[in-house]
This record gives sequence, structure tokens and C-alpha cells, in this order.
Amino acid sequence: MLKTQVKAASQTKHEVINGAEAVMQAIIGERIDTIFGYPGGAIMPVYDALFDYRDKVEHILVRHEQGAVHAAQGYARATGKMAVVFATSGPGATNLVTGLADAMIDSTPLVCITGQVPSALLGKDAFQESDVISLTMPVTKWNYQLTDPNEIPEVLARAFYLANSGRPGPVLIDITKDCQLKSFEYKGYSPCQKVRSYRPKPIIRPKYIEQAAEIINSAKKPFLIWGQGVLLGGAESELKKFVEKTGIPAAWTILGASALPTDHPLNVGMVGMHGNYAPNVLTNQCDVLIAIGMRFDDRVTGNVEKYASQAKIIHLDIDPAEFGKIIKPEVQVWGDCKETLPLLIDSVHPNQHREWKAEFDKLARSEYEEVIQNEIHPQEGELTMGEVIEVINELDQGNSILITDVGQHQMITYRYAKFTQSRSKITSGGLGTMGFSLPAGIGAQVGLPERSVISISGDGGFQMCLQELGTIMQHKIPLKILILNNHYLGMVRQWQEMFHDNRYSFVDIESPDYVKLADSYGIPGKSISERDDLKDGVRQMLEAEGAFVLEVHVTKENNVFPFVPPGASVSDIKLK
Amino acid sequence: MKEYTLSIYTEDQIGLLNRIAAMFTRRKINIESLNTSPTEVAGIHRFTIVIFSDEDAVNKLVRQIEKQVDVLKAYYNTESEVIWQEMALYKVPTNVIAEKVQVERLLRAHGARVVVLRKDYTIFEQTGHREETDKLVSILEPYGLIEFVRTGRIAIIKASSGFHDKLLEFEENSLQRDVLKTQEA
Repeated sequence: MLKTQVKAASQTKHEVINGAEAVMQAIIGERIDTIFGYPGGAIMPVYDALFDYRDKVEHILVRHEQGAVHAAQGYARATGKMAVVFATSGPGATNLVTGLADAMIDSTPLVCITGQVPSALLGKDAFQESDVISLTMPVTKWNYQLTDPNEIPEVLARAFYLANSGRPGPVLIDITKDCQLKSFEYKGYSPCQKVRSYRPKPIIRPKYIEQAAEIINSAKKPFLIWGQGVLLGGAESELKKFVEKTGIPAAWTILGASALPTDHPLNVGMVGMHGNYAPNVLTNQCDVLIAIGMRFDDRVTGNVEKYASQAKIIHLDIDPAEFGKIIKPEVQVWGDCKETLPLLIDSVHPNQHREWKAEFDKLARSEYEEVIQNEIHPQEGELTMGEVIEVINELDQGNSILITDVGQHQMITYRYAKFTQSRSKITSGGLGTMGFSLPAGIGAQVGLPERSVISISGDGGFQMCLQELGTIMQHKIPLKILILNNHYLGMVRQWQEMFHDNRYSFVDIESPDYVKLADSYGIPGKSISERDDLKDGVRQMLEAEGAFVLEVHVTKENNVFPFVPPGASVSDIKLK
Repeated sequence: MKEYTLSIYTEDQIGLLNRIAAMFTRRKINIESLNTSPTEVAGIHRFTIVIFSDEDAVNKLVRQIEKQVDVLKAYYNTESEVIWQEMALYKVPTNVIAEKVQVERLLRAHGARVVVLRKDYTIFEQTGHREETDKLVSILEPYGLIEFVRTGRIAIIKASSGFHDKLLEFEENSLQRDVLKTQEA
């Protein structure tokens, strides 16, 4: 049983309401303005209550529950605010699992509310019954089943608090239908401030700041890698101040992208398997590596045994379980980087590392000459993914929010897209969920209607969630949809070429006519395959008032480089 | 590979056993023994779990367990750092016991005691370490051991001063000592 920790705030009203109404009261109490969902039998009382709040909360009717979670993820990651997901029991709930796993590994805050069969039928194989609590346990930060409406206000308050505090994550609350229907004496809603067994963040220990500063101050070749923790902590300006004061070259993980603008002189690019040449190579030459809000994912580290073994590692993170999980740090600074970075800024000496930075520039030049210029400015041959991204850069100057799917186009977008504002690049990083981009793009666009949002997919991933075109149609979401079609499952094909003797096993994927498909949803579209049409096509997409589908046929067998082959060290990154 | 005893203090929450067990499953670590019980603090439960692992893996596992929202604190200890006991029950035919006095002497020598005495069978209980309860199994087998069952391990950490102080810290949210411990771990 949950022990009441928060005294009911508004003691004035003791009205009798049902559980479903209490759910809506919690949503209003948390100032949630957007719900992505899909109704069904076991969640119907909640939908009935929602009917009276249509003017206060926007409900987006998706076409599949997976789309609802991805949309809530896109919403949260673009806006920094939480959205709620509604789904029914059984298949409605099981369809959430992929999205929950994605949100869990990428630390995305969201609250899912699922209907459940009446409590008297639990465990009796009732129609549309699934054990959603057990099913979602490993992919939620917390989950809970409600059978008593008296618990609803407190449990939902706890759900919202847990989802968006500390290291964020998805929370699922399963509510039996009888619990939604039953009336109870409602004592008001008050947000949760504290859970006894849960520590969202620690008190910062100055000792570790001092130790870190001392190492940084005596470093000759310091290097910084930041991850999504900077965005989640809202510490973009602190990061900027820190690198500018210390003159430390700084690189980003895929989820950390956009915390510093691409044209910042100390932003040296992306680390990892398809990251930039200089930060990967020089990871193994730096004497101090400062890791901020990142978790040394295997796609970042390559061979762990040969990763930065020469460097003293300083790790800043809000989650103490990350310290030493993969790489053992010399100093672990436990805390929210929004709080630890300012302390560190005060303790480090102003510095410039010109010669060291010049090494980055030198390697960046060779990467440009060997890889980049051919990818983004090819003189002949078929269109490349890189040149499409370069045209977007040219036409929108890094102002759009780009939501990518998973695969070659994802790597190419992260490598070449420019960005000026934080939270303007969103992707499924940890789980690598194909099909993420279109629904996540919907969520980002719904959250930020004034911004230009572009969903970028390959022909494989787009076909995984294309049913959400219906959502775009119905809710008139002005999302721009770019499909980079290489007629292959390109990343798998690349690996088959490189590691499986060109045995292209089931990567040859056919596409429908995307323009006709879009047209059937009332969405204008265009398909291009010629270089001469590219700029106009992208411009037409960017300038479209509503949604627009642009398919670009790109060269079929392009490989993404640079590449850290699996099992290799990051400094053995290949340029071709 | 060494034997480790994990002591996990949790809220009393339905499903938490699942959540904790799943963390072992995911890492393909076999649970040798598991016991849940109340603690000296009302409303707080304690899991005692025994696994074979190496220290690096168990250290990381315990941090992940402690990260779970409803877990207050998790520790791991080697065998020498805990006082532990397991209890076993043995069902033996009574006529054999009655005929062969030797058996009773053996039982006494092993600190077993009679829990139930019936015409057809007698149930003995022994509390001790794994090797002691195992030994009694092998001794009783020739005498027609009908049934044997053993509990999960219960363990108390030699060095700990109980959970009261720790809980006060949680209640007050004064995490200073805790921070120190985790950062130095």
C-alpha cells in the first residue's frame, strides 16, 4: 500500500467523483495539455471523462498505440514537457511496449495510463486481459496497478513526479475498469514532492568538484563528451560557459546533439561508430576525458578495453549506477549537471588549448576531404543522402527540428545536419526503433506548432509506422516528411557488404508509391531523383503550409563512413 | 566466481519481487536462494538473495537494484561478512528411527531436533549452514529419507547497525552519508 505522504491540498471540496474523473483531475492538476491515445473497452470510462475536458486538453487520436508512445516521446524531447498516453487493455497495452522500451533506454519522461479488465476478472483470461504490469516492468521506471479509486490522486501524482525527476523515464499506471467507474470521496489533487525510497538527485559533494577541477586544470589535452544529460538538465548554457572558459574541445553523443550549436568553434562533432574522425581518434590521445550526462554506450566506445585507457576520466552524471558501469572514472561527480557544472566552472582556470584543438581541426580537414565533400557535394552520379541534408542546411539554416528514424539516413543526418537551437534533433538512440520518426515527429510538431519539424526516414523505417499518416491527416499536423529512399534496408546491407561477403539477405525492400499514398491521406507530396530538382523539392516541402511528403531516391549502395568496425577501437575508425 | 549475499531493503509493494528478479534474469545470473521477510522497521521488507558471481558484476547489479524506485537500499556481502542460517526439514520413517538407535545419536550429534513424531514418520529440523544441512541429507539417505526441504538463506550483516538510522536519513532526505558511501563505493 502506498502511504500518504502529501496532505490533501484543497481541503475545501470533498466531492464525490468517479475514478475516471479523478484521472482527468490529475492531468489538469499537472497542467498536461496533450494526450496521445486510442480508446477501447477497458479505458472507456476515462475517455468518457475526457469528453468534458476537450477544451482544456488536446487529445490526438493515433492509428496504433506504438505511435502514441513515440509521439509522446517526440513531444517530451522537443518541448521538455510531459505528455500523457492513453491506451486500452490487452493489445492496446502490449502495443505500448516498444515505445516504453525506447523511452526507458533514452530516459524520456512520459506517463502511460492503460485501462484494465475489471478487478474481479484479473487473472481469469478475460477478454483483452494482459498482465501489463509484468509485461512492462523491465521497460518502465515505475509502474502500478490501481484497483481502488481512493488511490488514484496520490498514485498519479507519484507517477508524474517519478517520470520527470532525477533521471527521467516512462511510468505506466494500469487502472481496472471498475476502479475507473467507482465513485469515491475526492479530496483534491496535490502534486508529489518526495518518495521515501527514491532519490532523484544527491547533495553535491564539493570534494569531488575540487578533485575534478584539479585534474582539469593540469590537463594538457583535455577532451569533453556530453550526452543527453545536458539537455535533460537544461544545462546547455552551463556547458557552453564551461567549454568556453576552459577551451576544451567538446564532442557529443547522438542523444546529446544540439546542446551546443554546430558552428560553435569548440564543437568538434559526434563520437561513436559513425561519428566524426577527430573526436574518435583523439579519444585515445587525450589525457583527461570529461564525460557529462552520457553512459558510454557500446556504439560510442567501440572496444571498451581500448577506449581512452590513457586518460583520466571524470564522469558527471545524475545516475550513480552509471559510474563504472562501462568505464571506471577517476572522479565521479554525482549530481544534476545543471548544479555541478556551475561549481566546476567556478573552480577551473581559464585556458586555451590551441595546439590540441588544432589536432582536431587537422583531422577534421582530412575527414572533409576524404568523406564529407563527396557525400554532401557530389559532382556526379545519383543523389546522396548527405547532399539532401546539405540542401536542408542551406535552405533553413539549422532552424528546423529534425526527427530521424534508424539506419543510414539517421547517421547521415546526425553527421551533416546543422543546428542552432537545443532540442532540435531527436532520434531513437538507445533502442534503435525503426518507425520512430513519423510518430515522434507528430509529437514534436504538436508540442511546438510554430517550429518547422521534419521527420526523416528511410524507406524501411517509414513503412513501419506509416499508418500515422492518418493522424497527420485528421489533426492537420503540418509535419514535413522526408523519405530518403535507397530501395534497401541500407544499414543492414552495408554490414552484409562489409562483413558477410555481399550476401544481401532480405534487404531488398520495395516501396509503395509514396506520393499516391500521401495523396490518399490528402497530403501533398513529391518524388524526386534528379540533382536539378533537389533544391526546389526541399524548398517546396519546407514552404508547404501543411504536411508534405518528399521522397528522394538516393543512390542504392552508398556506405556510411567513417566507421568504427564492431570490436575495433575508436581510434581505428575507418575513413573508407 | 564467489558466493555473495545481497540484502535489499524495500517498500512493501506488490510486484517488486518480479522487478527485482527480472534484474537477475536479464543478466543471466541464477538465484541460488531467495528469502523475503519483514524487518525491524514496520512497512519495510528485506530480500536476502544468494548468487554466485564476480565482484564487478555484483557491484553493478546492486547499483541497478538500488536504482529501482521502491528499493531503499541494497548491499552485497561475502560469506565472511554475514552471519547466516538456513533451516531444513527431514522426513524419515519412524520404524527405522526406532530400530536403529544409531540414527538418533547421529541426529543429536548434528543438532537436529524432532518437530513431529508419528507412527509412520518423524520430521526432524536442523538449522545451520548449507554444508551442515547437506551432510545430514547424505547421512539420512541410507535410512530411507522420505522428504527433504530447505529454506532460503537469511543473513545479518556483521558490521551493520540495523536499518533504523538509514531509514531516518531517507525520511529526512538528509543524504550526506549516503552520498559519501555511494561516491566512494
